[in-house]
Amino acid sequence: MSKILSINGKSYTVDVQDDMPLLWAIRDIIGLTGTKFGCGVAQCGACSILIDGKLIKSCSMPVSYAVGKEIFTIEGSSENLEFLRQAWNDVNVPQCGYCQSGQLIAATSLLDTVQNPTDKDINDAMSGNICRCGTYTRIRKAIYKAVELKNQAT
Amino acid sequence: MSKIQQINRRDFVKLFGLASGGILLGCNLSSDKKEFIPQIEGVFTPNLFIHLEKNGNVTLIASRSEMGQGIRTSLASAIADEMEADWKYVSVKQATGNAKYGNQNTDGSRSVRTILEPMRKMGAAAKMMLITAAAKKWNIQKVDCKAENHFVINTLTNDKISFGNLVDEAKKIDVPLEETIQLKKVKDFKYIGKTLKSVDLKDFTHGTATYGIDVRIPNLKFAAIARCPVTFGTVKAVDTSDAEKTAGVEKVIELDRIVPPVGKFFGALGGVAVIANNTWSAFQGKLNLNIEWNYGENHAFNSEDFQKKLRKRVRQKGKLVIGSSGNINTAFTKSEKVIEATYQVPFLVHAPMEVPNATAWFQENKIEIWAPLQDPQTARAELAHFFEIPIKSITVNVTFLGGGFGRKSKSDFVVEAVALSKKINAPVQVVWTREDDIKHSFYHATSVQYLKGGLDNNGQVLGWLQRVGFPSIISSFKPMSDYASGLELNQGFTNNPYKISNFQLENIRAESNLRIGWLRSVVHIHSGFGNNSFVDELASTAKIDPVQLHLNLIGKDRVVKGKSKFPYDSKRMKEVLKSTAKMSNWGQSLPENHGIGVAIHYSFYSYVATAVEVSVNNGKVKVENVWTTIDCGLALNKDNIRNQLEGAAIFGMSIALYGKISTKEGAVEQNNFFDYQMTRIKDAPKIHVAIMDKMHEPPTGVGEPGVPVIAPAICNAIFNAIGKRVRSLPLIDEGMV
Repeated sequence: MSKILSINGKSYTVDVQDDMPLLWAIRDIIGLTGTKFGCGVAQCGACSILIDGKLIKSCSMPVSYAVGKEIFTIEGSSENLEFLRQAWNDVNVPQCGYCQSGQLIAATSLLDTVQNPTDKDINDAMSGNICRCGTYTRIRKAIYKAVELKNQAT
Repeated sequence: MSKIQQINRRDFVKLFGLASGGILLGCNLSSDKKEFIPQIEGVFTPNLFIHLEKNGNVTLIASRSEMGQGIRTSLASAIADEMEADWKYVSVKQATGNAKYGNQNTDGSRSVRTILEPMRKMGAAAKMMLITAAAKKWNIQKVDCKAENHFVINTLTNDKISFGNLVDEAKKIDVPLEETIQLKKVKDFKYIGKTLKSVDLKDFTHGTATYGIDVRIPNLKFAAIARCPVTFGTVKAVDTSDAEKTAGVEKVIELDRIVPPVGKFFGALGGVAVIANNTWSAFQGKLNLNIEWNYGENHAFNSEDFQKKLRKRVRQKGKLVIGSSGNINTAFTKSEKVIEATYQVPFLVHAPMEVPNATAWFQENKIEIWAPLQDPQTARAELAHFFEIPIKSITVNVTFLGGGFGRKSKSDFVVEAVALSKKINAPVQVVWTREDDIKHSFYHATSVQYLKGGLDNNGQVLGWLQRVGFPSIISSFKPMSDYASGLELNQGFTNNPYKISNFQLENIRAESNLRIGWLRSVVHIHSGFGNNSFVDELASTAKIDPVQLHLNLIGKDRVVKGKSKFPYDSKRMKEVLKSTAKMSNWGQSLPENHGIGVAIHYSFYSYVATAVEVSVNNGKVKVENVWTTIDCGLALNKDNIRNQLEGAAIFGMSIALYGKISTKEGAVEQNNFFDYQMTRIKDAPKIHVAIMDKMHEPPTGVGEPGVPVIAPAICNAIFNAIGKRVRSLPLIDEGMV
């Protein structure tokens, strides 16, 4: 069945079953491969996206849920995501890089909702995302750095 | 160790040879395996690793796989430093799997250790040719020229000419003889020993890095494979009707097991493959298969029973291992106190964030694959063997690896993809589900160790008996290999960092009923846990500070030369321990319910000492601080090394707290991240890393040496905090997480 998905401000028509998880529609049908598959059961956060600004694990959310809503992925751009990208760069966060799409999206969601996050805010917001390389120390540092960059800019 | 051959220009083809430690980089004129460096108009390609364009852009080739260890940046920085290339013009391209690049096997923490010098020589040779070209142009002597930051400078006039403007002239210059190549002195390094950020940061933060699973080619099909829950079981009967009815599914195919020849390769498990037009449909189709299995001889394998068996066996004498010394019986008789302990590590799985996957296209007489591979040459050789295609007709494209940890050294998933592509006559991407990854891996072996130690009145360790049993990696290549190999025991057992006059090591029989592989740090995980836990027990028995007992056991300064060019230097072991003790304020009083533990280990020729502070509240452990010092000789990229050690602490924590694979009736019981858990950011401690300044020593391993110390340091800290001794991992099984 044909549906229209809006991703990062662009419309895509997809012809898939209603229950196909968004992750696979985005990766295999639309071809945006920045959003990653990690577990398929909403345990690792590699597939994190925003839907109408809300943090969603796309491996476990059917396509039908997103129809008529705005999807935001790592291929997109927002003020907070750009500060985070800059901070990720300054702190040299990634190792293999695979989970970092999801980490950045989860961190974007955090900064979208909390202006000056504490350690606890970071733990609460980011504990759904696994980094097997173990870059957590740097992720935490980079989130603080992004806040600092943002506060300097405004 | 390296030889560069002088080669004259011939037409548009230039040959270049550099043999290093028996491996061939480029081409050797005397060999019949000639490889040609394609000469492109307007591009200076002095060797296989450097492309300099007229606009000044330099592309450097990374021959080793990038799996998070930062190798693309590190190797490129070494070439660029010697070449005097300006880093801002440098980009990095990944080599395909091809013997012309030398050994590409990316494991064993060996890339920098083995090819730093050849890479530096590549850069230095290019610099010499650029200088020669400029001298010719200016009609002056080479000694009156120097290269600096992408320019050659005429030191008589201070005129300068950019590297890009020397391309045409440099193309006419012969490759210098190896003995004429001079490498920089440490004080002149610009990039080596400094901090360079990953060249791939932009791609990593924009979702544009292409991992194996992101490969998309026209008409690509997607495949999921149902494999027997029991290792090497086969399909008895299959009803494919429900699977075939699944939306998006195009075909269901039975895949026979591909058995590797004895001694090499990995083969493939076989099973039933579902081909679909997208990944999810393939996964769904797989769930809809109704398969009856022949479980085969591994059906009876119950890991808990097996560990019980090992715990019994270590109470009996095992096979004496060469390297034992003195007489432990006399030592124990003389001892004031004798203690014994048994330690256990479970089976573990790598679980890299990117699951195993491969894209393959089998066409009549050629194969092309795209895959996240640590060892692309073995994959290529394996494909040539199984599919009877000449190796030169097989192209292995190495993508980014979303983590490797040893799993992606094994190319079974590539063999599956090629077998399916051949059957369906179309390009296909095989994607493992996370459950497939957890249930059908090449597992890190479980181990049981029995230790017995004797102490005299002064807390001197008189005797040390160690019996160790774990299924051998060799069993994956040679069935019936029921004892650990010498190579495995030489990972921290026969070569522990201590000097003990009465030392006996015994090898205990341990058969394999799972595919056994290697996981980051490999056997050092066992030896690091056993050795460091036991030293801590000896220290508490003797009422000696554990740091002091480690120092006593390491003993006087001594250098032990082995077969490699990296001797063990006990002084360096003591230095890292002292550094960590200082950094962690070892000996200071801690808050209530807090404890501190220490562990040291020598692995991949690097020296590591780690202290861990934990707090234990209501029986639950929280890791508060990790202090690690490494001596890895020349430190190529400092911030990258820190990142590796921070990651190693987290990886080691996952082993200590959660890691456990168990089997019942031959089948792995764990499924996904909910029952094979990982350390998360909420559990992450503060991590403090120190790197010894040893820039004049050869570089040694970095990716793995930080792991083996973590679990024992945590368990020793728990003992320090609450007096409870944990001898069996993981802590979650002790109810402590």
